[in-house]
Amino acid sequence: MLSVIRTLWHIFLHAFHPRVTVQYPDEKPYLAPRYRGRIILSRDPDGGERCVACYLCAVACPVDCISLQATEDETGRRYPEFFRINFSRCIFCGYCEEACPTYAIQLTPDFEICEYNRQNLVYEKEDLLISGPGKYPDYSFWRVAGVEIGGKGKGESEREDPPADLRSLMP
Amino acid sequence: MTKVYVDNRPFEVRPDQCMLQACLTLGFDLPYFCWHPALGSVGACRQCAVKQYKDENDKKGRIVMSCMTPVAEGLRISIHDPEVVAFRAAIIEGLMESHPHDCPVCDEGGECHLQDMTVMTGHNYRRYRFNKRTFRNQDLGPFVNHEMNRCIQCYRCVRYYREYAGGRDLKEFSMRNQVYFGRYEDGTLENEFAGNLVEICPTGVFTDKTLKRHYTRKWDLQFAPSICVHCGLGCNTSPGERYGSLRRIVNRYHGELNGYFLCDRGRFSYEFVNSERRVRQPLLRQDNGLRPTSKAAVLDRLKSILAFGKVLGIGSPRASLEANFALRALVGAERFFAGTAPAEQRLTSLMLQILREGPARTPSLHEIELSDAVLILGEDVTQTAPRMALALRQSVRQQTFQIAEKLKIPLWLDHAVREAVQEEKGPLFIAAPYVTRLDDVARETYRAAPQEIARLGFAVAHALDGSAPEVAGLSEELRNLAGRVAQALRDAKRPLVVSGPSLNSESVIYAAANVASALCRAGKPAGLSFTTPECNSVGLNLMGARPLAEAMEAAQKGEVEALVILENDLYRRAPRQQVDALLKGAKHVIVLDSLLTPTASQAEIVLPAGTFAESDGTLVNNEGRAQRFFQVFVPQGDIRESWRWLREMMIAAGRREAAALETLDHVDEALAQALPALAAVTKAAPSASFREAGAKIPRAPHRYSGRTAMHANINVSEPKPPDDPDSPLSFSMEGYPDQPPSPLIPFFWSPAWNSIQAVNKFQEEIAGPLRGGDPGVRLIEPTPGSEANGAYRGAPPEAFSVREEERFFVPLYHIFGSEELSQQAPAVAELIPKPYIAIATEDAARLQLKEGDEAEVRLNGSTQRLAIRLREEMPKGLAGLPVGLPGVETVELPAWGKITRV
Repeated sequence: MLSVIRTLWHIFLHAFHPRVTVQYPDEKPYLAPRYRGRIILSRDPDGGERCVACYLCAVACPVDCISLQATEDETGRRYPEFFRINFSRCIFCGYCEEACPTYAIQLTPDFEICEYNRQNLVYEKEDLLISGPGKYPDYSFWRVAGVEIGGKGKGESEREDPPADLRSLMP
Repeated sequence: MTKVYVDNRPFEVRPDQCMLQACLTLGFDLPYFCWHPALGSVGACRQCAVKQYKDENDKKGRIVMSCMTPVAEGLRISIHDPEVVAFRAAIIEGLMESHPHDCPVCDEGGECHLQDMTVMTGHNYRRYRFNKRTFRNQDLGPFVNHEMNRCIQCYRCVRYYREYAGGRDLKEFSMRNQVYFGRYEDGTLENEFAGNLVEICPTGVFTDKTLKRHYTRKWDLQFAPSICVHCGLGCNTSPGERYGSLRRIVNRYHGELNGYFLCDRGRFSYEFVNSERRVRQPLLRQDNGLRPTSKAAVLDRLKSILAFGKVLGIGSPRASLEANFALRALVGAERFFAGTAPAEQRLTSLMLQILREGPARTPSLHEIELSDAVLILGEDVTQTAPRMALALRQSVRQQTFQIAEKLKIPLWLDHAVREAVQEEKGPLFIAAPYVTRLDDVARETYRAAPQEIARLGFAVAHALDGSAPEVAGLSEELRNLAGRVAQALRDAKRPLVVSGPSLNSESVIYAAANVASALCRAGKPAGLSFTTPECNSVGLNLMGARPLAEAMEAAQKGEVEALVILENDLYRRAPRQQVDALLKGAKHVIVLDSLLTPTASQAEIVLPAGTFAESDGTLVNNEGRAQRFFQVFVPQGDIRESWRWLREMMIAAGRREAAALETLDHVDEALAQALPALAAVTKAAPSASFREAGAKIPRAPHRYSGRTAMHANINVSEPKPPDDPDSPLSFSMEGYPDQPPSPLIPFFWSPAWNSIQAVNKFQEEIAGPLRGGDPGVRLIEPTPGSEANGAYRGAPPEAFSVREEERFFVPLYHIFGSEELSQQAPAVAELIPKPYIAIATEDAARLQLKEGDEAEVRLNGSTQRLAIRLREEMPKGLAGLPVGLPGVETVELPAWGKITRV
């Protein structure tokens, strides 16, 4: 008997609580930047493509919904020739973002990617690539990696000595 | 066997090895860099440290390098002792100081020995905060890419390249932390085995440049066990495919054949599979041109052609046994012709007869490596059977091992052995008309015309055994040389004679056989190895096809209704006029081929045949070993195995029995029944019904990515993986997760061993046979007690005499250029020499010709203009014409011909 009254009392109190229901889509909820929604490919601070086509996102993907092909420009900078995500298979686990060594692939707080036609959920590189660096504004893989690309020669990466002079006899 | 203790557990191991090798054989994961099973120990990297204890009471122990510690009775070591684990982690931390943080863009990533070892030692965080030393890279040619920053200075590359492969243009430069591995200046690596640097290098300093153009990680490639099709040795390869194109070839270890290494032709020629010149649809001649058509239309046309008898079939030494057999079944045994040059077929038959009659046995490549005295008669092995040259290069070390043994130096202690041996070399004698690439390790070379080479062989046989035919009119010089060769062969424990059909000379082959017979009579276990020109030359010959010349005669008489040509460019087999006459003589010409060859472009119907990567089949190598190769991927369009097309043709022709030849196993069973000499082919590999734990063997690694996205641009609903009715392998990553039987290993991978060094886990013992025995079955063994056994064959030819007006033309071979399919690979094409004729410097002066001059060559009724190339050491009166080079007409060689200035 007492418990019934207690329950009624609690229900009555709820009438004065603030509402949690949001009038979506008229009202958009706040989603943290680390929310795992639609996947994007970001760019370097200098505007170049960040993705170096290392295939780590593809191999980390538990549903195998990422496929790409690596290629190189004439200066040796590697980038994906194509980059495809099949969002109809994606489970938004974020493993690809964790695996990415260059912060290129990032998950965003956008989840509104429903389609009537499943084929439209296949995103190509043009659909994925954004114009900014996303969540990591300052990082550039090419500044760190000791390979030569256009505009950066040997020994010009971070924490590198100039190339060794092989013909020097100095100890 | 010796008893050793590893972490207090007793094990029995072979005594003639180091502890590292013993530990790896026992299955322990012990990291290493500078050690390699084929190169031995030098103790340079300090990575394989273990703790050694005096006895069971010793609790302290001391750290030693396992690769420098010989196996000894009662030896006690620990791999897991905390102190030694920390030591190994510290070593790798030091090696990684200057590593450039570029794994994501490194082609080695995912199959990197350095990555594997770093993970194995537990080093996972960079503490070193100072600058890294850097290097500039070099352009090392079309095969190998150079990225020097990744180097960890293990010295494996120069040890392999200089000491094992005999290269001279790769070396270490500079000093202290700036040791650089490269050439003196940019340029193509000269050695024909430079591609192995890709696998030898434990990091990404040397990577496959052809792979870089269409880069794919190892885990994303679909592999299959395959056999190299670019020469007659039958090296085992593991080609990888992605998105419908072949991406690369890596070595597939075979204890008896290729071991750890391939030649560059075998490794980098795969791109012909992706060539623009591929036939991908059936082609039908309509309004004077070959037009793509549908399979139904072409079969309809074939039905009407094949309905009237008189169909001749021309087989191919580069097609599988099954394809050749299906053609033979289509046309009948009496109308099945060998698509090889007449001389080649004659010589191949002769070589097989000799090997079958004995007494000398043909050795495997591994046995060639172990030979301790070698005579090469008339072969430039590096150009005709490249991997054998690498084996022969090791054979010259065999006798010198005695020096090390006398000093009690174990043979695995590589640099100590080399230090003891110095420049000493075992006996290798080379008789060839020109400089060969093995001359640098030869004790003596003899450069002469084919007749003289044969005479030398006969003289050696006579010197070994007085009852062998004597050579009349032998010069003093040649007699002495023959005496020295005979002495060296007689003194050896495992002498070997190498010859082959390169010079198109029967007497050279007879001479080689006689030397081997004489050695056998003297009680030596002599080996006799013949090179063969193509991947299935032996197989085609064992089928007993009739010679091509007879087909030409039949065509001339107008007796040929239709001609079915299997995977063959006849313009490479016979002179142009003859082939033109043959093709014109037949009313209908049907060609099955993978490439649109000059022969195919003359055909009425061209059917798209699968290459080695798109079909299953069996090849027989020069040793007579039948080996199965498996389909790597399912091609798009109408490309299918030649034998499948031929089966459809049989059905179209109303041959009901062909319906039974549904899968490869059915074809093999029919083949084994029809041809008793080839009965063993069914045992070359497990049949298609073979299952391991109820599952098929997966072609792709278990971490194959992108399955639900790779076809999504075409259709978001994934297609079902293709079925494979012909083999126990699946076109998928799903299936039996553990090690398959040795003929079915698509790629080498083992937990924690992502690099190709995972092969350690697949061997019965390190550098020994694969588990369950090396793949393939030998079809040719000498018949004991056969009538011809031990009898001497042939007679010495007349001595060669120089002619005033003419030159004697001998065939010349090029590793890059003489083989048909590899010419279509862009990387190889870069290294193909321009067409030329080679003449002796002395003769050139008489003809007033200089290097590069154009000259007219009249040979066997053909005339062609070619550039002159001077060969310093070519004997007077000889000239050389490259075989199969683009731009050089096919002529029957050797022959007398005339060179005139233009």
